[in-house]
Amino acid sequence: MSIKKVRQHPTQNEPLIFERSQKGRIGYRLPKLDVEETNLDSVIPEDFRRSDDLEGFPEVSEVDVVRHFTRMSTWNYSIDLGMYPLGSCTMKYNSRLNEKVARIPGFTNLHPLAPEEEAQGALELMYRLQQDLAEITGLPGVSLQPAAGAQGEMTGILLIRAFLDKRDGQASRNRRVMLIPDSAHGTNPASAQMAGFTVKTVKSTSEGLTDIEHLKQLCSEGGIAGLMLTNPNTVGIFEKNIKEICKIIHDVGGLVYMDGANMNALVGVARPGDMGVDVIHLNLHKTFSTPHGGGGPGSGPCCCSAELEPFLPVPRIVKEGDKFKLDFNRPNSIGRVKAFYGNFGMMIRALSYIYTHGAEGLKEATEAAVLNARYIAHHLANAFEKPFNSDCMHEVVLSHKKQARKGVHTIDIAKRLIDYGFHPMTIYFPLIVDGAMLIEPTESVGKQDLDAFIDAMKSIAKEAEENPQIVIDAPHTTRIGRLDEATAARKPVLRWKPDMETMTKTA
Amino acid sequence: MRYIPNSPEERAEMLKVLGLSSSEELFRSIPEDIRLKRPLKITEPLSEPEVIALMENLASRNSASQRISFLGAGVYSHYSPTIVDYLIQRSEFFTAYTPYQPEVSQGTLQYIFEFQTLVCQLTGMEVANASMYDGSTAMAEAVLMAQRITRRQKVLLAKTVHPEYIEVLRTYTKYTDTEIDFIDFDEETGLIKRDDLSQLSEQTACLVVQSPNFFGIIENLQGLAEEAHSVGALFVVVVTEAISFGLLKTPGEFGADIVVAEAQSFGIPMSFGGPHLGLFATREKFVRQMPGRLAGIAYDKHGNRGFVLTLATREQHIRREKATSNICTNQSLMALAATIYLETMGRRGLQEVAFQNVQKAAYAKRKIKELEGYSIPYSGYTFNEFVVRVPGSAEEILEKLRSEYSIIGGLALSRYFPEMKSDFLICVTETNTKEQIDNLVHCLKELR
Repeated sequence: MSIKKVRQHPTQNEPLIFERSQKGRIGYRLPKLDVEETNLDSVIPEDFRRSDDLEGFPEVSEVDVVRHFTRMSTWNYSIDLGMYPLGSCTMKYNSRLNEKVARIPGFTNLHPLAPEEEAQGALELMYRLQQDLAEITGLPGVSLQPAAGAQGEMTGILLIRAFLDKRDGQASRNRRVMLIPDSAHGTNPASAQMAGFTVKTVKSTSEGLTDIEHLKQLCSEGGIAGLMLTNPNTVGIFEKNIKEICKIIHDVGGLVYMDGANMNALVGVARPGDMGVDVIHLNLHKTFSTPHGGGGPGSGPCCCSAELEPFLPVPRIVKEGDKFKLDFNRPNSIGRVKAFYGNFGMMIRALSYIYTHGAEGLKEATEAAVLNARYIAHHLANAFEKPFNSDCMHEVVLSHKKQARKGVHTIDIAKRLIDYGFHPMTIYFPLIVDGAMLIEPTESVGKQDLDAFIDAMKSIAKEAEENPQIVIDAPHTTRIGRLDEATAARKPVLRWKPDMETMTKTA
Repeated sequence: MRYIPNSPEERAEMLKVLGLSSSEELFRSIPEDIRLKRPLKITEPLSEPEVIALMENLASRNSASQRISFLGAGVYSHYSPTIVDYLIQRSEFFTAYTPYQPEVSQGTLQYIFEFQTLVCQLTGMEVANASMYDGSTAMAEAVLMAQRITRRQKVLLAKTVHPEYIEVLRTYTKYTDTEIDFIDFDEETGLIKRDDLSQLSEQTACLVVQSPNFFGIIENLQGLAEEAHSVGALFVVVVTEAISFGLLKTPGEFGADIVVAEAQSFGIPMSFGGPHLGLFATREKFVRQMPGRLAGIAYDKHGNRGFVLTLATREQHIRREKATSNICTNQSLMALAATIYLETMGRRGLQEVAFQNVQKAAYAKRKIKELEGYSIPYSGYTFNEFVVRVPGSAEEILEKLRSEYSIIGGLALSRYFPEMKSDFLICVTETNTKEQIDNLVHCLKELR
């Protein structure tokens, strides 16, 4: 047998589990039922039971499952394989130590409704993490309950809403405008909407900063509940006027929420609380290295000023003497945003990260992350258009402007990067830069790898000049080419069915 | 710092390339007056053995994790095959992110597609998304979706939905015009009171019922969809014990429009309440109103089948404030765990585990019912949870079980329903042995 294409290799050609399934295969064994069996009909009558005998559900052996997932795993790029410079995602190293401690049975086997006195270790862990996050952000009120960044954001905005309602009473009704810069992440306006706010967009300047004049103008129109600001902003630049911005908002009676997605540029160097920010969310899966897991679980703690603290979700973790307790009695609380107390497993990992680094290590990581981004910016500023002159922080935005003249666009550059062994950067975000490429190396990349990445990018820029087609047709090295996403969206196939076409479609 | 590859020398060299003389200069764009001029008040860096010792110590003070337990109420103790945790720890899965670049994310995309299919099969629905944070937020999103579809604001909710889910719904809808009305439960059966369905009206966006409900009772869902549809409302079914899908008739068969569930039971540790896994499934006609991510089939130019994230125009990164939800990162790794769990257990395994849960719980229920002084207040059919009524205070009995016999006997319902002082909720799964059950019964007898 000759192997003509890589795809024909069985490990590259793993079907769906439903296509692998064979009647009668078994992948499990349970202990025998040790209680005397009751007639099922007397416990749950037939009318209440499934009638389909779970037809179509997979039947495979344990070996089938292990090979199935191991094979599929090899089709993924991952941080452990190399540089994963997705801007605004902070794809830093996820240590195995964190995985190990999160799997200690005393944590994993703990039921959230267990008596508090028998869950003191978990409560203390959460309390310790809250304290450290308060210290890092300079904001004393911390809730670990939000499940991810977007929920942390929503929590922050609900706090603002609850605070304004309490402070202004009925008059709060006239304060329903949430200002959001045009460079913001899409979750910001979506979260603001959930708290009943109307969004007004603040423009950015040619320097990539919030347009203060426009901000003042919008404020003068009245009705301002607050501002949602990312800092460093989504083009990787520190909003140097942050104090003035906060003052402008505070002067009109609004509050400032900071999106903490880019906190990896600030830990140990500057604190949002010291800048005048009222509330922030953090992404433990970004800044504090809990694994991104192919898209979650995240964890999005919300940190706020003492003024906003009474409004945080219940329950709060409090310390009384040397005992830790859940405090449900918070009359001003916005309520729960999630069942139980948040993604506890992620909290263990984040605390392990913080303890492993210590104060000095956290600052060192921030410095290394910014240095790496600045180094890339420095070396690529000629080959690619760099739309903003200001020094970048932990990530840099470039555009395809130079390459587009030859018909090579951001998407092509991203796909070609795969052939050079790198995961692409974030593309077409932020929206204010045409053909944006947002590159965030994080501190977890060494100089040789940065140099290799820079060389790859320069080489792609050269290809775009000399042989654009090779870039436009990329990637050339993956088991599958560019997929027709337009057809996929027009005629969505979102689940397997027995009559489905298999691995290839005959054209 | 051992996680940072560059040595101090390399960093100095890089700084030099940038024309800088110190790391401090990297932060020139941050005004002096907001720079932190002191070290963070956080511990000195700890070595690996120190971190492990510290964490072991904290974990050791969670004595509840070692007790024989009959706690359920939305979080369940189930057996998970060894390969689940082994496979989700493959770097390629857990150190990747959202599959934005399909050519290098086919592993993630294919398992999401399998997950979506499995969820459809379990719930009897037509489409399912790539996951939600948990059951509670999935339910809140289902209500918001029903409100968008019907352009109505009222919600009719069974009182027997998990109390924390109701609290989350209240938070999510706090600043919308949502009005929540409740369906009471029958004191005899524990089932929803059908009479209360008369509250359904032309203003109702959806009817929300949990089954098995918070008291463990399997609701009779027959006819509920018709009742809701007759006034133009949607029917939403909530499930907190996903193992029940292995045995119970699917919400899809009962005509549900949206099914949401907590799927922690599928191979995911209890971990003090998270990370868990929200399921979200609906009808094809509603797919464009659905929150969250969706993977779909796509082909490359050679006709090779692959998978992509699709229908993104519903999502926040495109639609911004008009998005169907603000959700971005979801619970992908937990969805992977559930997928591996379901495929390993397979058709027969899921059926058997569901069967064992029913049998063990039925055994325990019968034995407790026989005890003098104890009773089972609700006559409705149950899956693996049921309410026990005790002589006197349930809290006191549970406390004695814990302190005298080291058993966590269940959940005192007074936690959520202050008036239910004598009732507690007990859960029996396949992980509870006959010996444990007999011992619990024996201790209850002693404590009477």
